[in-house]
Amino acid sequence: MFRKFIRLSFLVSVVLLAFSGSSVAASGEDEDKTGFIMHHIKDSHEWHFATIGHTHVTLPLPVIVYSADRGFEFFSSTSFVDPDTHHFGVEHAGYYIDDHDKLQVVDESRSFIDLSITKNVAMLFLVIGVTLYLMLGASSHYKKHPNSPPRGIASFVEPIVIFVRDEIALPNIGPRYKKFTPYLLSLFFFIWIGNLLGLLPGAANLTGNIAVTVTLAMITFFVTNLNGNRAYWKHVVATPGVPLPLLLIIVPVEIIGLFTKPFALTVRLFVAITAGHIVILSFIGLIFVFESYAVGVASTLMVVFINVIELLVATIQAYVFTLFSAMYIGAAVADHGHDH
Amino acid sequence: MDLISPDLGLIVWQTIGFAILFLLLAKFAWKPILSALEERDGAIEASLNEAQKAKMEMANLVAENEKLLQEARIERDEILRSANEYAAKLMEDAKGEAASAGAKMIEEAKAVIETEKQAALTDVKIQVAEMSLLIAEKLMRQNLSSEPSQKKLVEEFVKDIKLN
Repeated sequence: MFRKFIRLSFLVSVVLLAFSGSSVAASGEDEDKTGFIMHHIKDSHEWHFATIGHTHVTLPLPVIVYSADRGFEFFSSTSFVDPDTHHFGVEHAGYYIDDHDKLQVVDESRSFIDLSITKNVAMLFLVIGVTLYLMLGASSHYKKHPNSPPRGIASFVEPIVIFVRDEIALPNIGPRYKKFTPYLLSLFFFIWIGNLLGLLPGAANLTGNIAVTVTLAMITFFVTNLNGNRAYWKHVVATPGVPLPLLLIIVPVEIIGLFTKPFALTVRLFVAITAGHIVILSFIGLIFVFESYAVGVASTLMVVFINVIELLVATIQAYVFTLFSAMYIGAAVADHGHDH
Repeated sequence: MDLISPDLGLIVWQTIGFAILFLLLAKFAWKPILSALEERDGAIEASLNEAQKAKMEMANLVAENEKLLQEARIERDEILRSANEYAAKLMEDAKGEAASAGAKMIEEAKAVIETEKQAALTDVKIQVAEMSLLIAEKLMRQNLSSEPSQKKLVEEFVKDIKLN
């Protein structure tokens, strides 16, 4: 089994080197050999799957721009691609996509909002679709066969649903957990499936994108603070049992604390997922930097190893994000705050 | 740097996407799944309770049976004991009665014998008296002048009495 695996990794690295040989040799620079890492980590206006020889296997994505003067405008990302270099840079309808894959306007005085279906937005739709497919498939079982043991997708989903309900929502939120369980379930499954799909080769780094994590964290922030009861707010603005001079220090700390919570959520998920992707891609990048079969074998082994760890991290991060959201909500809806 | 600067477009899409996902899941997935789970939990708990109740009832029944058996046993013992006692008493009584009856019969027999004896004696006495009278009468009638004839007569009468 192991010997088979070594042989397979040899083969894979040989094939990868053979295909990349021409393009890497042409550029020569080390930065170009590892540039794909940051390119993968970041968002893009096209979905690039592979480069075989000089043929780029790319899914063009719609570019949607909203500007006050021109309203909504729709283009295809291919309009901005230089047909010779296959890179962005061509000007189209007053816009161009720069080296960092960001849409820029030619006339600097105009302001616009880039609402394009980027690679990550497409990935978002994919994650939503997969999540919906799985969960609706599971729920149909309960509609068809109530009071019978779960089968099919339901048997896969049910233990996780029960885990989120009984181990995350109930102990951290308390008696009012039922109101927040649907949110926590949606959060858990979205992040988890996003993390897992993000590990697929060619997939976008959705849950490792700070815009996604900050959005999820802000939703938790709003859910927490809009449901905060009197005791929670009293604790923030006038911490009970603290002498007045100390309140001057405590209250700003508590108010900052309101915002550090979503910040911590944002950064934790973003860093954990992005770092994992960078580690995997770095090991692959080593093959191209050293151009050696030995490194290829070692790197492939390491990539497999890290990938397995990433499967774990994907689950842990989904759990941690959901758990902390539940804890923040729980602190806001608890019947009585801390007893000082 | 653009790695850590969130993209407005992606934030917008993420907000819309997650909101739609949440609404759809909450209505069509979590609501039926959670309510089904709750229902099933309730059903399982109810049947467990019922089983527990049935078990307890069974135990009660067994205990009751045992109690009934025990009671029956005690009653049986009681009946046997009292029957034995009664029999013993009956025997005792019978014995006593028989003894007393025997004694009484003996007593009665004795009394009868005594009475008979008295009657016989009285009879004898009467007869003796009658005979004495008769002898006296005969003696007087036969003109008892001689001594030997008197003695002879008396002996004759005495012999007569003995015969009686």
